[in-house]
Amino acid sequence: MNPNSTGHRLFEQPLRELGRALLFLLTAISRMRLTRLQFSETLRQIYFAGVRSLVIIVTCGFFVGLVLTLQTYDTLTRFGAGDAVSTVLALSLFRELGPVLTALLFAGRAGTSITAEIGLMRATEQLDALDLMAIDPMERIVQPRLIAGLIAVPALVLIFNVTAIVGGVFFAVFLMGNDPVTFWSNMQASVELGRDFLGGMVKAVAFGFVAAWLAVWFGWSARPTSEGVALATTQTVIATAITVLVLDFVLSAFML
Amino acid sequence: MKSSHQIELTAGLFLLLAIAALVFLAMQATDRGVASGPTYEISASFSNVGGLKPRAKVSMGGVTIGMVESIGLDPDTFDARVVMRISERYDNLPEDTSAAILTAGILGDQYVGLEPGGSPESLRDGDKIMITNSAVVLEQLIGRYLFNTDGDEQ
Repeated sequence: MNPNSTGHRLFEQPLRELGRALLFLLTAISRMRLTRLQFSETLRQIYFAGVRSLVIIVTCGFFVGLVLTLQTYDTLTRFGAGDAVSTVLALSLFRELGPVLTALLFAGRAGTSITAEIGLMRATEQLDALDLMAIDPMERIVQPRLIAGLIAVPALVLIFNVTAIVGGVFFAVFLMGNDPVTFWSNMQASVELGRDFLGGMVKAVAFGFVAAWLAVWFGWSARPTSEGVALATTQTVIATAITVLVLDFVLSAFML
Repeated sequence: MKSSHQIELTAGLFLLLAIAALVFLAMQATDRGVASGPTYEISASFSNVGGLKPRAKVSMGGVTIGMVESIGLDPDTFDARVVMRISERYDNLPEDTSAAILTAGILGDQYVGLEPGGSPESLRDGDKIMITNSAVVLEQLIGRYLFNTDGDEQ
């Protein structure tokens, strides 16, 4: 096939890129070892990806809960079903909004910084230096960030859900004067632990894995120039957003 | 810049926070949640509970005072037996209180509405409500309406 043809550019290149990303992931997983150094480095990465994202997650979570309750309460009271507001809030948060919004915020806040960091390591030849010192960069740089994403995203989803529910309680109970017992008992009556809550957490783990994988891969494969790093950072956000939304549809279809 | 020790400590605290959020959500916001405070149990038999579900609210005068614990079929009478858990704050419900299965609004769930009687005796743990009103089943209502209309015409 002519490498300059339209077909080549449209299909072959993205497919090869996907194949390379998959191979990269398999190599990282196959070389995974839990040594003392990696444990400490993974905790450091959880700090950078998780703790440093807390402000944006908590703020967005609170206001998402507030707005969601405001809108659903306004609509539901027209049908005389204002009591169902906690059910709508909890189900939409646990099943969809919590995992999806957290993954998108994570991609914007932590994913880009992971890509830029690894891309810059590539540009300044730090990865080659590690190789020269007989330190496997895959083991030292890639794995802790992959595991950190896998742990930090579900943790952030849980915190996002709690703050969104606090936002919902703030609006429905404190501002609109709804009965708190009715609010909680309606939520408990309609949210199933297995199907709704744990189903959402399965999504959170999947999104965390994908977001970390894409962030690390785009950093790793970035062209070693300032322009290359900038491009890789942008690609991380675009690829993660699209993949998370497509994966969300696929997982939702399986879980129904 | 924080020291390595501080970073690890903060990351540990972050994970603890996430576990606390997990426990809070699982216990407070899902069907495994536990009703807070001391409660007592009463039951009632209905010929038809309609779409009533466990954990539906039990209310008196529009105030939620408890929730439905379980729904089962009595093997002898073939009536639905609804066990309710009432908050101990309301331990003075008259013995001749009646129970009805009602629907909250148009889209709302079904719940048990209690109507107080006049007896000086109160319901105790394990007591049974004798006066009950079953759920209104729309199909039965329509059927009855059609049947009556036919009868009038004849």
